[in-house]
Amino acid sequence: MSQLAFIVFQDNDNARYLVEAIAEDNPHAEVQHHPAMIRIQAEKRLVINRATVEEKIGREWDVQEMLLDVISIGGNVDEDEDHFILEWKN
Amino acid sequence: MSIEIKTNSVEPIRHTYSNIKRRFGDKPASRYQEASFDIEATTNFHYRPLWDAEHGLNDPTRTAIRMADWYAVSDPRQFFYGAYVQNRAKMQEAAEHSFSFCDKRNLLTRMPEALQETLLRLLVPLRHVELGANMNNSSIAGDAVAGTVTQMHIYQAMDRLGMGQYLSRIALLIDGSTGEALDRSKTYWMEDALWQPLRKLVEDTLVVKDWFELTVLQNLLIDGLLYPLMYHKFDQWLAEQGAEDVSMLTEFMRDWHAESCRWVDAMLKTVRAESDANAEQLQRWIAHWQPRVIAALQPLANASVGVAALDEVVGQFDQRLKKLGLVAEEVAA
Repeated sequence: MSQLAFIVFQDNDNARYLVEAIAEDNPHAEVQHHPAMIRIQAEKRLVINRATVEEKIGREWDVQEMLLDVISIGGNVDEDEDHFILEWKN
Repeated sequence: MSIEIKTNSVEPIRHTYSNIKRRFGDKPASRYQEASFDIEATTNFHYRPLWDAEHGLNDPTRTAIRMADWYAVSDPRQFFYGAYVQNRAKMQEAAEHSFSFCDKRNLLTRMPEALQETLLRLLVPLRHVELGANMNNSSIAGDAVAGTVTQMHIYQAMDRLGMGQYLSRIALLIDGSTGEALDRSKTYWMEDALWQPLRKLVEDTLVVKDWFELTVLQNLLIDGLLYPLMYHKFDQWLAEQGAEDVSMLTEFMRDWHAESCRWVDAMLKTVRAESDANAEQLQRWIAHWQPRVIAALQPLANASVGVAALDEVVGQFDQRLKKLGLVAEEVAA
């Protein structure tokens, strides 16, 4: 059975940079644009790297800032200062 | 009865403005892109400006630097008006807090008087340098030809005005807002021999006509050497003299300089990579101005941190130039 790790953002100006960064770091991920929200899903594992987001957004960025724009997530969370990983471990 | 909830998805007819679409493709654009790219008029001007009959309006030949597309230069911080103002409001809030703390606790007025005089003599006159930088960046913003380039320089100009005001307020804290210390510090700027080379340099920059030469001179050379010297080395020296509280009031400048280096470096890298002719032109300007900037800073270093500190600053600056692909001129400091 396939297990999808996913994250859903509100479709706003902040999230567009995040989506761009996530799509770059997770070439296997699928980005779906819905009305007012953007869903990114990938088999098993999704990684968000602070360094990539900072490069896109052009300033220092705290991983926790992301939570303002998150609607929903799926997967076990592994979070530290430099990345936010969603993963199904079993 | 069962209720079926359906989502209807409506594709917007336009994702962004046509000018942005032509440049980046038909997809949702960032606010920075929409506010910055292809917004400066380039064509259909009827008359040449009365103030400069040699050139058209928004004429790209006002500088010796040639770019096929000036919009290749963009801001790594992605500042457009909204983002810029928000960011600076945050920085200002922190700075205001430090000023009111210093005021409440009399941190400056309880320093020995000789030390207060040192601040008025060696630190506060830098506000005149800030005003020069404000005027230079405003004039660059007037002559530059792409929205991305113009806006970086006009924000830079506003920043310089703000920092000039913070320096003035240090004097006002010392004299209890009578303005008397401000006058004294201006007299140092006008008459003290150690400021005259820098004052001459600032006045010389005001009449540089080529706007890209001016941005290299002001934002790369003068700031790149003066800020590390005065806001890092000199700041440490002040702390050793017992004036470490002043660091609270100049923290804004340190944060600001670290940030502004990013766009200056990005701009120069892009312009240098465009053509060999550009690279050579940049090199000529740097070779022409860098020794003058260093010479102008020398008396300030002599009066405080010493020549060794200036040498160190120059060494670090040469590293920065090397990273940009611009080799520094050999100078004996």
